[in-house]
Amino acid sequence: MAPMKVYGWAVSPWMARALVCLEEAGAEYEIVPMSRCGGDHRQPEHLARNPFGEIPVLEDGELTLYQSRAIARYVLRKYKPELLRDGDLEGSAMVDQWLEVEAHHVEPTLWPIIRHCIIGQYVGRARDQGVVDENLAKLRKVLEVYEARLSMSKYLAGDDVTAADLCHFGFMRYFMATEYAGVVDANPHVKAWWDMLLARPSVQKVMAGMPPDFGYASGNIP
Amino acid sequence: MGMKVYGPAASTNVARVLVCLEEVDAEYELVHVDMPSGEHKNPEHLVRNPFGQVPAFQDGELILTESRAIAKYVLRKGGSQLLRECNLSESAVVNVWLEVEAAHFNSAMSPIIFQCFVVPMVMGGTPDMKIVEENLNKLKKALEVYEARLSKFKYLVGDFFSLADLSHFPTAYYLLGGPHASVIDAYPHVKAWIADIMARPSVKKVTELMKMPSV
Repeated sequence: MAPMKVYGWAVSPWMARALVCLEEAGAEYEIVPMSRCGGDHRQPEHLARNPFGEIPVLEDGELTLYQSRAIARYVLRKYKPELLRDGDLEGSAMVDQWLEVEAHHVEPTLWPIIRHCIIGQYVGRARDQGVVDENLAKLRKVLEVYEARLSMSKYLAGDDVTAADLCHFGFMRYFMATEYAGVVDANPHVKAWWDMLLARPSVQKVMAGMPPDFGYASGNIP
Repeated sequence: MGMKVYGPAASTNVARVLVCLEEVDAEYELVHVDMPSGEHKNPEHLVRNPFGQVPAFQDGELILTESRAIAKYVLRKGGSQLLRECNLSESAVVNVWLEVEAAHFNSAMSPIIFQCFVVPMVMGGTPDMKIVEENLNKLKKALEVYEARLSKFKYLVGDFFSLADLSHFPTAYYLLGGPHASVIDAYPHVKAWIADIMARPSVKKVTELMKMPSV
């Protein structure tokens, strides 16, 4: 069986979402590195794989998939369906719910903060503190919900880790490298949950390819 | 106690859940939440949806939020084939286009709907045309991809209808009913696909609910 291929740059938080799930799944895969600054994702060769011109893209034999959460779901469904609580009507609904919560309440709040507080300085964009503050305010409210939830169960969808927890990794990794990590740390159950995720071998492995500055300072511009 | 959906039918996210309940012929109760008066921020609603949004959903002891998660639960419980979970590859492509719907279609339509419907009709204000134009441009870029896809296949995932198609209905409804409906004229396969979705009995039933004035 040929290994799966994942196209993209490893420093991407979206790529990281897919890679963590591939690692958890124990799947055989290889990364096909692409250059963001070189515009590889806008080339016809890539548009043939993903007409939206984005990464990551997964190839598994004849199947080509994009959108990091769809890739995550496929890989886990194939190799570790318990991480989706597949076959458990209520359990799978809880996993789906928290995957959606991450998509609508967490990623869109963390990404502007990461862009302004980490990336901006390397791409000649002045930080807009107003945008940062607006999203920090949203994040504080979202974390109240997470703190309440994680006070009741060890992980988001129950007492075992699932795709819902894993899919938070990429964006959390970079947010926790900003000066605002304390906003998460102020919520003890969220902090404990994050520490548990960090301790997972899959997370450690993927994180090794994600320097906190996206590689800019060392000249490895993504 | 049967299934309950909390929220106004006119909300795109509530409608997404309702249409799935209709697809599986489920018995359910729609409990209206009056958003203009802030009912969605009341303690009673926050117990069901701690983000203070709609829909919230209840089935016995189970309480769920997030319309796409609720939709999947309802379809699975009702034994629907719209998720194609009997087939690993097909279900994966359903999930791809469900994500595309959220990331590329809904993300552009949501601000357009807010500016063209909510701002004038609920808030008594004037639409911000800069926001509308910016998002219409994003929408057109996405529609180019949809047009290419739907020129190859009858539906987004292939030749079978799925939740990926159905999930577009609430925002497509507002696109058709708003001042920018003509945007889809340049994309004939998209236009035909939307018409096909809108013709489904489940969709027709829910659009009637969406049009009803809230009591």
